[in-house]
Amino acid sequence: MVRFDDVWLRYQHSGRAPEADALRGISFEIEDGGFRWLTGPSGAGKTSLLKLIYLAEHPARGRIEILGARAARATRREAAMLRRRIGVVYQDFRLLPQLDAYDNVALPMRLARRSETQVQADVGEILRWVGLAHRLHARPDELSGGEQQRIAIARAVVARPKLLVADEPTGNLDDEQAERLMLLITALNKLGTTVIVATHNTGLVKRYPFPRLSLEHGRLVHDG
Amino acid sequence: MMARRRGDLLGLRAALADRLLPVLVGAMSFLATLAIGGALACATLAAGWQGNIETALTIQVPQPGNPDAANDGTRLAAVQRALAVDPDVQNAAVMSTAEMNKLISPWLGSDAASLGLSLPAVITAQWRGAGSADTLGAQLQQVSPGTLVKTGAMWAQRVAALTTSLQACALAVLLVVALVAAAVVAVATRSGLAQLRETIDTVHGLGALDSDIAARFAARAVWLALGGSFGGTLLALPILAWLAWLAAPFTGPARLGGFFNLPPALLALALVLPACAALIGWITAQFTVRGWLRHLP
Repeated sequence: MVRFDDVWLRYQHSGRAPEADALRGISFEIEDGGFRWLTGPSGAGKTSLLKLIYLAEHPARGRIEILGARAARATRREAAMLRRRIGVVYQDFRLLPQLDAYDNVALPMRLARRSETQVQADVGEILRWVGLAHRLHARPDELSGGEQQRIAIARAVVARPKLLVADEPTGNLDDEQAERLMLLITALNKLGTTVIVATHNTGLVKRYPFPRLSLEHGRLVHDG
Repeated sequence: MMARRRGDLLGLRAALADRLLPVLVGAMSFLATLAIGGALACATLAAGWQGNIETALTIQVPQPGNPDAANDGTRLAAVQRALAVDPDVQNAAVMSTAEMNKLISPWLGSDAASLGLSLPAVITAQWRGAGSADTLGAQLQQVSPGTLVKTGAMWAQRVAALTTSLQACALAVLLVVALVAAAVVAVATRSGLAQLRETIDTVHGLGALDSDIAARFAARAVWLALGGSFGGTLLALPILAWLAWLAAPFTGPARLGGFFNLPPALLALALVLPACAALIGWITAQFTVRGWLRHLP
């Protein structure tokens, strides 16, 4: 379950004056195994909200519960363990440049100390799924934008997370790849993974009519 | 699919390069080896000198051929008889004319006898008594007035004080070197962290523990410090061997051993110092990385 209760976020960089509130009084709840689109214009706060969900930011105030754990009360170790249960597709992919496609996808499993046998099986399977089994040894700078995005998606789902958070996952994909990705995400969702996908792609939202959280100027204007 | 190595996940080989850090740690180890070698040499020399000086007894008998107080022979013979019966005095021997000439030649020239000076007889001996030799001096004054007795106790104390101060200096050098080595590792680690900020952000976001990330930096720092320190120590050993060879006349070959026979304690430095450098590298990297990671949520 993901639950936000009157959550506010204000970015505070050291040595600078605090910025305006990025999120204001956000409250919503997503049940286990639920699916939510996260929509809104650029600058509405979608990425900020996702950052709070995958524990990359602390809220200025309010209460956040992720997969049954109070984020604010988690120790650093507990927070790390919680992050391992969350798959994240970053808007900018964040692939590690020194690792090839295989090792990038294997990273979450290795951090979770899964056996190499399991890593090989799961990474091989997911790379086939995203259509990049032939690009195992390519480094990110040798991959196209779409390929990098598929590697980022594979990395997010390879460890079978309980919660999948995706920030514009179809941004660099053609329609066929986007459709293939949605099949993967909905399959994971049917297996019990809670999914939150931020997107500008209205066509996709219409084709997959899941409930929607809509943000404007840091406020939640639609939930359902 | 073939099994694959986990390898350098963070890209530390590029971010913590094998150039500056090993060279600086090597330089610190070079200095530390010289400091420890100096301290050991100082202790060895001092131990030898103290052993000889502390028990050395020198007796000067003026007008040795004149009659003694009891008019029972020469003053020199009377002093020799007194020394012979004293159980605390051993190996008493009158210095020969040749030895006397050698001793005073720096001041009086090569043939002092030709100057017609009345030189005292000098007796060297070993003092085995527990206390001072003042009582012996008083006894000898009675049989041969004007006889002087000197022991090396005061010089031994001075040598001990000098040794202690030199060893304290060496310890201070070691502390400074260790702190500089730690600072070098800390700066290199912070530089590596800055270069890998995005990578660490990502790995942290994927659920890496602080200890996982710190351990990878620490392992890299250990290898770099170990290699640099080993090289620096090995470079310093020939210099120590050369200094030992120079010092050999003052110590005897059995103590500092000459060029190819350094004491085992010095040779052990080649293993101990790199291990210490590795430990400093590990601890410093761990603290630096864990401190830096505290800035991440």
